[in-house]
Amino acid sequence: MKKNFVAAAVAAIMSVGVAAPVFAETPPNMLVIANRIDDIKTLDPGESFEFAGSDVSRNVYEKLVNFDPLDLDAGYQPELAESWEISEDGKTITFTIAEGHVFSSGNPVTAKDAEFSLRRAVLLDKTPSFILTQFGLTADNVEETIKATDDRTLVLTLDKPYALSFVLNCLTSTIGGIVDMASAMENEVDGDMGNDWLRTNTVGSGPYKVVEWKPNESVLMDLNPNFHGDKPAMERVIVQHIQESATQRLQLERGDIDVARNLSPEDVAGLADVEGVKVVDELRGRLMYFSANQKKELMADPKVIEALKYATDYAGMSDSFLKGQYTVHQAFLPLTFLGALEEKPYSYDMDAAKAALAESGFPDCGPIKISVRDAQERMDIAQSLQNTWGQLGCDVELIVGTGAQTLDRYRAREHDIYLGAWGPDYPDPNTNAGTFAVNPDNSDEAGATGLLAWRNAWGIPEMSEKTLAAVVENDTEKRKQMYLDLQREHQKTSPFGIMFQQIEQNGMGASVENFVAGGATTEVSYWVITK
Amino acid sequence: MTTANLRDWLLSDAPTSRRQARFASWYKGWLTLRSNTLAMVGLIVLALIILAAIFAPVLATHDPYAQDLGQRLLGAGHSGHLLGTDSLGRDIYSRLLYGARISIYIVLLVAMVAPLVGLIVGTVSGYAGGWGDVVLMRITDIFLAFPRLILALAFVAALGAGIENAVLAISLTAWPPYARIARAETLTIRNSDYIHAIRLQGAGPFRIVTRHIWPLCISSLVIRVTLDMAGIILTAAALGFLGLGAQPPSPEWGAMISEGRKYILDYWWVATFPGLAIFAISLAFNLLGDGLRDMLDPKEDTA
Amino acid sequence: MTDMTNGEGRRGPSFAPWLSKTLTTLVTVAVTLLGLLFVTFMIGRVMPIDPVLAVIGERATQAQYDATYLELGLDKPLLVQFGIYVSDVLQGDLGKSIRTGQQVTTDIARVFPATLELATLGTLIGVAIGVPLGVLAAVKRGSWIDQVARLVGLVGYSMPIFWLGLVGLLLFYGILGWVAGPGRLGIFYQGIVEPITGMLLVDAALRGEWTVFRDAFSHIILPAALLGYYSLAYISRMTRSFMLEQLSAEYVITARVKGLSEWQVIWGHAFRNIRIQLITVIALAYANLLEGSVLTEIIFAWPGIGSYITTSLLANDMNSVLGGTIVIGSIFVGINILSDLLYRFFDPRAK
Repeated sequence: MKKNFVAAAVAAIMSVGVAAPVFAETPPNMLVIANRIDDIKTLDPGESFEFAGSDVSRNVYEKLVNFDPLDLDAGYQPELAESWEISEDGKTITFTIAEGHVFSSGNPVTAKDAEFSLRRAVLLDKTPSFILTQFGLTADNVEETIKATDDRTLVLTLDKPYALSFVLNCLTSTIGGIVDMASAMENEVDGDMGNDWLRTNTVGSGPYKVVEWKPNESVLMDLNPNFHGDKPAMERVIVQHIQESATQRLQLERGDIDVARNLSPEDVAGLADVEGVKVVDELRGRLMYFSANQKKELMADPKVIEALKYATDYAGMSDSFLKGQYTVHQAFLPLTFLGALEEKPYSYDMDAAKAALAESGFPDCGPIKISVRDAQERMDIAQSLQNTWGQLGCDVELIVGTGAQTLDRYRAREHDIYLGAWGPDYPDPNTNAGTFAVNPDNSDEAGATGLLAWRNAWGIPEMSEKTLAAVVENDTEKRKQMYLDLQREHQKTSPFGIMFQQIEQNGMGASVENFVAGGATTEVSYWVITK
Repeated sequence: MTTANLRDWLLSDAPTSRRQARFASWYKGWLTLRSNTLAMVGLIVLALIILAAIFAPVLATHDPYAQDLGQRLLGAGHSGHLLGTDSLGRDIYSRLLYGARISIYIVLLVAMVAPLVGLIVGTVSGYAGGWGDVVLMRITDIFLAFPRLILALAFVAALGAGIENAVLAISLTAWPPYARIARAETLTIRNSDYIHAIRLQGAGPFRIVTRHIWPLCISSLVIRVTLDMAGIILTAAALGFLGLGAQPPSPEWGAMISEGRKYILDYWWVATFPGLAIFAISLAFNLLGDGLRDMLDPKEDTA
Repeated sequence: MTDMTNGEGRRGPSFAPWLSKTLTTLVTVAVTLLGLLFVTFMIGRVMPIDPVLAVIGERATQAQYDATYLELGLDKPLLVQFGIYVSDVLQGDLGKSIRTGQQVTTDIARVFPATLELATLGTLIGVAIGVPLGVLAAVKRGSWIDQVARLVGLVGYSMPIFWLGLVGLLLFYGILGWVAGPGRLGIFYQGIVEPITGMLLVDAALRGEWTVFRDAFSHIILPAALLGYYSLAYISRMTRSFMLEQLSAEYVITARVKGLSEWQVIWGHAFRNIRIQLITVIALAYANLLEGSVLTEIIFAWPGIGSYITTSLLANDMNSVLGGTIVIGSIFVGINILSDLLYRFFDPRAK
């Protein structure tokens, strides 16, 4: 017995030396993805607010309204709600819940579950709760404002007549995910509405359910047997945490994985000639920008900011280390959003930069500290800024830190220049306008750390009013024009130097079809994928 | 004095002065070292690296900080870039030369700070004895029980990334072994007749420790430091690799590997040359340290 | 021989020192571990990373910030926080990780076996090559074998492990395809083997899943060989110097004179006598690998305790860092005491 055991072990080891891994390709009904998923802290849709977490959530939880992955441009579509009506005064929305949707637990989806899920998101008061509370839904009034009048009817009552598209767009975000009330409450601990349990378990009516989540390692999803839609071709989805681009590329080349989601421009170029592999580009909503703290004398001089904007080598960067992965974009709304402005008033122009600087109060520039987190592409951008701004005569120093460190300084308004990224929280223009162009009270006491304008001490009472007016404008054309005007003004006067918009380049096996990362508005959808 | 005379004087069996005896023992040590080929290779490589660091401005073909996004990731020998260019189009050869300065700077600083801390803690502990000894040795044990790199990481994370803080962090993790050595030496010296005699002459503990015990501890510490040099370089490079050492655009070798790591598949040289540089300098230190150990301690130290 | 009272009287005094020795050791260990916790705890508190932000992220409001601040107990005085933490630890509660949202004990139970497996295999490789190499170098002192052994060791000491790992990965996985890539297991073998010990090779073998075993082995062999190389450098050097000491001893000369074969002299006599010293060295090398595998784990995406502590540290997830440090620190102290005991037990001179 023991001898056989040893013999088998030896045989197994010996065979490794010569043979590559056993499978040459992944099984046909299984999708294997390499991605960076170390940001997942929770799977609870009322709490989850990270990229990789939202990817999971979209495939597990259905929402009242949602995007069709194969036609993202069509905007929100019915999902759990088959129809909705808005009242005369524009403050009350009545949803009719569709029949036939069933949670992975076997319970049918009713309006009660929707009521529970939305109330719960407000009551838990986790980071993403602002997406719902901005409509005047609060812990004190949810009993009245979010109400299931019967099993198929849900009524939302808002404090203002917001643009309907704004409200519904918000409901498509992760926090709009509908959970099974019965399962959540069975696992309630100390009145947490199942929060602790839902951090590591899922119970939604979407196409998949999470079987296992190992933090920083992998997420394993299997089909939800009760999913009401067509049975997805991929019966099992595994997302493996692979940090390095080079590793993801090698795994893709060897057929160990189907999709590689974090390829560097060099590795994308390296895949160009590889047989059986393709790269699919998709415009995402993430912006890369620098911003200047208006508390600092040097940074508060508009001519200095203008000089810095001209002394930035946009094309140089997007043609070299950002090649294929970022496109030059200079307005706060990402392309494909309603009202996104395509104009690019700034280009790398040293003469214009020097002229602007000469007109400023600091013709010799001065010391500038760029606060940046230790991620490769940001470090590369920071070093390029250091180089070109240095040619203006500025003495640029990089202050590198971890994400939390850098963010801490930013929120405390202690930076000179912050180099960062911003991704939309929900697919409505207000998600960015409401942070880049709103800051009615610039005092330290206001502590509006959620607003980028406040973090940069940019007090803009007038622009704030214009921005807030746009969310209650129900005429889409007018609303669009309002955002275009806002962005033009913002480009000229703001201390924000918006530089790039992200293009996600996903490498995948040639046979993989319908892999949609989610565009600028939503997340990945595994259920439509075939291979 | 001719060379031959000098040699005779140094190798004389009957030195006429203390100075002659000391020089003679150094010279004999040198002869032993010179006969050790590997140690000599180490010494020569080290000398070359130090010279390269000193004369970096003369030897460099480019400004190590000058970027050229149009000339990025060029291979060795392309357009006058001896070892190619990195991801921002900077000349790798010139950066390596300047990087040598950083490595040598770090090693020298740590080699001064850590043994000094160890010396103070060890001699005080050994000389004081009693509770003071117990407390100090307990603290030493606590630092010894720490995972080394993690402790250094924690210190840098707490103090902020940068060369000086990296030096401080490495020193903080490196001192306990020196403290133990110094304590052991102190314990053997403490009760010697020589120290008793000095004490009878009225010397205070401070004077005894600094004037009489320290000089005797130094030789064993020096051997240990030489052997540790390579380890210091590797730790500093590891911190740089993890983004906690020297900050960009500084051409620290570990940080250069970290930057080049992304390109390893298609542009292997970007990470490989700094790797070879680190390997060369730490191997040189190891070869030299090994030879020194043979020379000063022929019976083979077991620690 | 003599009467009972005499015997009793003799045992008394020899028993007491043993007891007090044990007590001293226990107190020493407790103080060391407490100190370890204290230093780590204080580092976490002075670290310019806000743990609250690590929990709630960029978009949180001030009110949410304040709520989390209270929830983490950060409003209490430092020493009180430390006291609470230690009393929780004594009850087996290491707290919750900020980064993974799970209990630190759960996290450690997941990551520690990975490191243990890697370090064990690494040490086995180091011993299997390092000991014979050291013995050979000592026997053929000054020969080319000795020089090669020395050079192999020195090169091991001089190579930046993160660089060697990168190059190894590129060569053996990327170009030659002889071994599997980073991680512990190919993706489609995930979840096949129900964990028993958490060490994949052991679990797969116990369950008889030989294809999984094979895959796990092809993942672990490269990082383990890399770590093995480092402990080989240390082990072979120590073996050589222990052997040299023995080979110059009088009894070896006597044995040779008596006409014993060279093999018997080396392995039968000299090597037998260095066993205990060697075990101490190997134990130390093992402890060093357990704590020193941080960089290897990062390069090979090995989900072990080293990379767990490091990533937690950089997010100021102090519960995880403290938990990991206790585990590693205890093992280090434990192995030291154990090798000390072994030495005392087997070595006649120490008795």
